[in-house]
Amino acid sequence: MSTLALDLSPRDDTPARPRPGADTLALIGRCLRRSTRQVDTVILGVALPVLLLLMFVFVFGGAIESGMEYVDFVVPGIVILTAGYGAASAAVDVANDRTNGIVDRFRSMPIRSTGVLTGHVVASLVRNAVATALVLVIASFIGFDAVASPLAWAGAMGVVLLYVLAITWVSVALGLLASGAEAASGFTFAILFIPYVSSAFVPLDTMPAVLETIGRWNPVTPVADVVRGLLLGTDVAASTVWAALAWSVGLLLAGWLAAAVIFRRRA
Amino acid sequence: MTNEPAVRVRGLRKAYGDLVVLDGLDLDAHAGEVLALLGPNGAGKTTTVRILSTLVAPDGGTATVAGHDVVREPAAVRGAISLTGQYAAVDELLTGEENMRLMARLAHLPRAQVAERGARLLEAFDLVDAARRPVRTYSGGMRRRLDLAVSLVGRPRVVFLDEPTTGLDPRSRGDVWDMVRAVVGAGATVLLTTQYLDEAERLADRVAVIDHGTVIAHGTTAELKRTVGSAHVELVLTDGSTQRVATDGSVPDVRRILDDVERRALPVASWQVREPALDDVFLSLTGRPSAPADAPEPALATTSRENR
Repeated sequence: MSTLALDLSPRDDTPARPRPGADTLALIGRCLRRSTRQVDTVILGVALPVLLLLMFVFVFGGAIESGMEYVDFVVPGIVILTAGYGAASAAVDVANDRTNGIVDRFRSMPIRSTGVLTGHVVASLVRNAVATALVLVIASFIGFDAVASPLAWAGAMGVVLLYVLAITWVSVALGLLASGAEAASGFTFAILFIPYVSSAFVPLDTMPAVLETIGRWNPVTPVADVVRGLLLGTDVAASTVWAALAWSVGLLLAGWLAAAVIFRRRA
Repeated sequence: MTNEPAVRVRGLRKAYGDLVVLDGLDLDAHAGEVLALLGPNGAGKTTTVRILSTLVAPDGGTATVAGHDVVREPAAVRGAISLTGQYAAVDELLTGEENMRLMARLAHLPRAQVAERGARLLEAFDLVDAARRPVRTYSGGMRRRLDLAVSLVGRPRVVFLDEPTTGLDPRSRGDVWDMVRAVVGAGATVLLTTQYLDEAERLADRVAVIDHGTVIAHGTTAELKRTVGSAHVELVLTDGSTQRVATDGSVPDVRRILDDVERRALPVASWQVREPALDDVFLSLTGRPSAPADAPEPALATTSRENR
């Protein structure tokens, strides 16, 4: 080992200060780069929802009375399920960073260290956008027929992304709370399960009364209803739109605040 | 700044619930030296480093690093330090080069220096061949070298190393030691924690022996050894018992002792001249060996408390 012309002398200029913008960009870059090395995770995040899509449409679909072509009914639900898989991987990434000392290292540096969380969230959004696009392309092959105008498409995707952002921050908070990656993926199992008792896959009024009530209060229900309405050009009640936005913004704030507090306290 | 210790700790206290981890710890690390915190598992070494690197707030006492208070001016402290913990805190999915570039950017190195300085550090740590491979393909020693290399990219004034060679093979340990000497030679201050007495002996200018959250002895390794006396000839007899005879270590003196052994026809199975080791220091200070005990027995804990 030689030290060559390496200057190891301490810096004598004034100590480095945080540059929140540049630091966060660098940390986002890190997570996007990581995503390109985890192609298997992204593929799995698309393959599982697509598999479920095929199963719902071709195996169960014939028996489900949804009042429209079942494929049209179920695709918005599958899009929301896909978001759950993407968010779950953010929880695992955050838990890994915490347990292997990377979070400690960033916190001991003159940077805005919460950027490490922002990095994972932004990468999750990008992965989700790619996965959602792939799911929609595959859905169009098996007969999904959206009649939406470009504006309605943009609105639907906006609602989906807001929901993704919200549950990603909730996942990040859970990932910080978890004792390790395994525990983190256990926590997020719940997030993956939530869409099943909602209007994502079957109309609520076909469920037993108890589940129907749970489904009405499920944040996934208004989000799925709004996305479905926008993509298929059916009527959506204004109250449903407000409910979808309120749930998403509420979850976003709760997840973001919880993550910030937990990060400061125990990361 | 020059006369002020690089690290100054007074009466540091920290407890987690009922468990007292630091119980009034005092430390001084002078600029440009290697100070080793030596102690068994659970002595409070890692907690000390976590407080000094601003990760954990102390319950009481004061600590300054590079002239800045860790509680009141954490940002200034962070700008002057680097921390290498017990785990290699590098990104497994990125390559060595990408890890280096990320840390250089976060250290706010001028753009022109990012590539240059990163390349030189990878070269110095013998990681050029592996620079474009993902870190998850690295061996343990390579990860640790990369970990140390990236932590130096911002030219820290005070370098914290928490058990830097735990779990490394002898060659990698030697590499880490070489780099620590190079960093100190260039003017930085190093505070390292270790359970290995030989590591403290080889690297440290001064050692602080920690037990139950307080410093129970400090000084140069030579000073500490003096507290347990001189070198001795150790005789292992055929019945398994050992006898020790003090010596100054010179040839005539050792010959005199061996002549005496022969004259008395002692049944010696083996013998050696032993310099006092830091092991002996630890034993004499705490009444127990430094080897990490599975569970400290109450009687021994009492002994060490009396020795404070």
